[in-house]
Amino acid sequence: MKAPRSVSLTVNGDALSGDASPRMLFSDFLRDVLGKTGTHVGCEHGVCGACTVIVDGVAVRSCLMFAVQAEGADVKTVEGLADGDELHPLQKLFSEHRALQCGYCTPGMLMIAIDLVNSSDSLSEQDIKVGMSAALCRCTGYEGIIKAVAAYAEQVHGKPIKRENDNG
Amino acid sequence: MVDTMPSYIGRSVVRREDNRLLKGAGTFVGDMKLEGMVHVAIVRSQQAHARINSVDLEAARNADGVVLALAGAELKDVLPPISGMQVAAPKGWRDGMDPHIEIPDQTLVPYDKLRYVGEPYALVVAGDRYMAEDAAELIEGDFEPLPPVANAEVALDAEALVHDHLPGNIAATLHAKKGDGEAALATAPHRLKRRYFHHRYAAMPMECRGVVAEYDSRTDSITVWSSTQVVHWVRREVANALGMPEDRVRVVAPDVGGGFGGKGHVYPEDILIAYLAKRLGRPVKWLEDRHEHLLNAAHSRDNLFDIEVGYDDDGRISVVKNYFLVDSGAYSPVGAAIAGNSIAHFMGPYDIPHYEADCKVMMTNRTPNAPYRGAGRPEVAFAMERSIDLIANELGLDPAEVRFRNMIQPEQMPYAVGLPYRDGVMIEYDSGDYPEALRKALDGIGGLDAFRARQKEALADGRYLGLGLGCYVEGTGIGPFEGATVKIDSSGKVMVATGACPQGQGHETAFAQVAADIWNVDIDDVVVTLADTSHVTMGYGTIASRSAVTASGAIKDSSDKVKEKVFAIAANVLEASESDLELRGGSVGVIGVPEMSMTLKEVARAALPGWIHQRPEGIEAGLEGTAYYEPPTVTWAYAANAAILEIDAQTGVVKIENYVEVHDAGTLINPGIADGQVKGGLVQGIGGGLFEELSYDEHGQLMTGSFMDYLLPTASDVPPINVIHTETPSPRNSFGFKGLGEGGAIAPPVVIANAVCDALKSFGAEINSTPVRAEQILNILDAGVAAAE
Repeated sequence: MKAPRSVSLTVNGDALSGDASPRMLFSDFLRDVLGKTGTHVGCEHGVCGACTVIVDGVAVRSCLMFAVQAEGADVKTVEGLADGDELHPLQKLFSEHRALQCGYCTPGMLMIAIDLVNSSDSLSEQDIKVGMSAALCRCTGYEGIIKAVAAYAEQVHGKPIKRENDNG
Repeated sequence: MVDTMPSYIGRSVVRREDNRLLKGAGTFVGDMKLEGMVHVAIVRSQQAHARINSVDLEAARNADGVVLALAGAELKDVLPPISGMQVAAPKGWRDGMDPHIEIPDQTLVPYDKLRYVGEPYALVVAGDRYMAEDAAELIEGDFEPLPPVANAEVALDAEALVHDHLPGNIAATLHAKKGDGEAALATAPHRLKRRYFHHRYAAMPMECRGVVAEYDSRTDSITVWSSTQVVHWVRREVANALGMPEDRVRVVAPDVGGGFGGKGHVYPEDILIAYLAKRLGRPVKWLEDRHEHLLNAAHSRDNLFDIEVGYDDDGRISVVKNYFLVDSGAYSPVGAAIAGNSIAHFMGPYDIPHYEADCKVMMTNRTPNAPYRGAGRPEVAFAMERSIDLIANELGLDPAEVRFRNMIQPEQMPYAVGLPYRDGVMIEYDSGDYPEALRKALDGIGGLDAFRARQKEALADGRYLGLGLGCYVEGTGIGPFEGATVKIDSSGKVMVATGACPQGQGHETAFAQVAADIWNVDIDDVVVTLADTSHVTMGYGTIASRSAVTASGAIKDSSDKVKEKVFAIAANVLEASESDLELRGGSVGVIGVPEMSMTLKEVARAALPGWIHQRPEGIEAGLEGTAYYEPPTVTWAYAANAAILEIDAQTGVVKIENYVEVHDAGTLINPGIADGQVKGGLVQGIGGGLFEELSYDEHGQLMTGSFMDYLLPTASDVPPINVIHTETPSPRNSFGFKGLGEGGAIAPPVVIANAVCDALKSFGAEINSTPVRAEQILNILDAGVAAAE
């Protein structure tokens, strides 16, 4: 086993550092070393999306990245969404639209949705379905998730999203 | 004065679970970190069937950070197996099902032979998970391969035996009868014989399983945190295995990331991790990874049916004979329960005078089979609902019409089925209007006639549209019991604890609604504790669509005990008659006299033991009551499904245009939660009908051991779904509740198969197995083209 490296990064605005062996997954580093257990691990092979976090502005699967690759990165995790007791608008919409049941996939879903909405200025319902297919939910059947993300996109983009049954 | 609270039951109250889960502030087993904790990696069989000659642990023991490495032989005389015969079979059930059951015990870590790919044979404990896995790779076993018993069908005649004491690889047989099936078949004007296969898939929660245990030597007690649906069952097995009193074992299911039945029984790891924590005197953690989960967490379904149906010229069914095999894998953790469900639910909402069922629960070299959302019902709904469509085809009738002609009419309620349920009570459907549910479902897809006209037009354009129907009934809220303890302490809060173990169902919210109504208090004054054995002495857990009925019943019964005291004490303090008192908005007061009342907080203080209590004579101190609700029998939820799909003739891919389920689970506690339960179930059913498959090769190797191969539905795969809830109260409990949770998953596989066959009716082909594959559809289309040429 290779000697651990020190990894320094910013997580939700806080400068943090910790030791990681070169093979340590970033998901394990976040959870076990930095104690950010809000990021969940569902498959460890990049399919389920539960471990998604935002690294330097882009949604990535933290189980497909090594901790040492996060050196100097600016990372946002689910713990950084709410402002104290005040939930992030997307979190509120998730509750309102019943977009979660067991809550295990939810952190990944939230981070994927934020990246999806913020990296575009216009989304259709189909775009949202395809975008949110980056993660698996076994409880809800996705309807609430799609509705919540659509409502969030409407808030952020300031216009209604295009629905499948719209003409033209 | 305080106003009476409005009723919370029936309102889509926002879930109190949401806040912590949305913030990533929930606590799942994997999130737990205890001082000095060590980590376990389990070494699992790569062969389906093999004799263990030896296991070499030497290299692992010398590896970095290893605390302990052991194989099955070391545990042989230390830890007893999990008994195969745990599930009680009441007399009424035995009388009606003629069971012969020899479910084998499950050795926690086998030392003599391995019976499925994924079965543990050794384990390593190390300082962290990485080191544990490194060391696990160093463990070498010397195994002698044995011929695999690859599936249930070959198991009967296989020379190889999965368990040496079970000839023919039969672990259980059941036989049930209503009327005279043979005679009815002999005289039936028409007979239909078919073989149906419902394939193997599984619950697949997003959180894999996991266990953390910590031993406390001062009190000789142990705490186990397990991602389970049955904390009390785990406690009993851990206590039994470790030779400890149950009182010294506490089992907690913290936040659980989905279960759906797959976490609904005791697994070897629940006991092993507890044992290791006690032996090592350190906290021990084991987390299943996804590959392990696919190999080792219970699989489900995998039933083969040979069916014969007798019917007349009008399509009225007089008799069904149902012979089926359950491929139970190497063990059967919940005994013959799935098979019993299958037998009991076969006739569904239909009035069929004669029925005969024969079942064999087969042992094979596959992962053990245990209940998963539906638990024997999707399988028989497939066989029954396919048969109805085939009868309709034979007679040139619409499948909807054949269903209407055979359905139990509302005036026949309660309807005696003529078979016993698993609780030993003869089945009597309690309430409902089955034909109305089907009518509503057909209305939901825009009407039958309108669809048939559209289908015809589409076909003229070379497009294949199909309508699939599927109806079912579901026994819910099964006993034997659920426990609850209700307390009001000097804070005045109503504290409710039950044996229910949620995995995403929103129980903290739903049971707060129930308790708030029982006590007429603000919902924020109800504190709910779940899935923790230290709060309820005896409990059962959340499986089998049971908690809404059984935990609510227990909360009510325990509350009733506490209420007696509350009224007696309040009457004493207020100098009023108990019969003049009412609960209103967190207080007890004299009816019609708003100023004469005292708060529950004041009552709780008056109830305290000691010098200044205000209890009347004969009333014991404290406001606390425990009750174990034993339901008289199950309540019967039901549903009708209708879906329209279109087949892409180029690719064979089906696109579901519209899926409607009319679902009735009696009075709903929280309609928003109920809606989510049904929709989530439907999407699992669609996954099972189209994508998900635990596929084995002839050597007993699992071919779908990762999420690259085991395909779960994604957001893009989900069609528009419309769930219409009707609420026919059950007469079997004071709330009118029926259970809910599994139902959604029952119908989609057969609805999809029926719809595809309907779309391809002109080709005359049948799809009588699941999953429905694009390749199969292309074959039907190609054969049709070939026949036409």
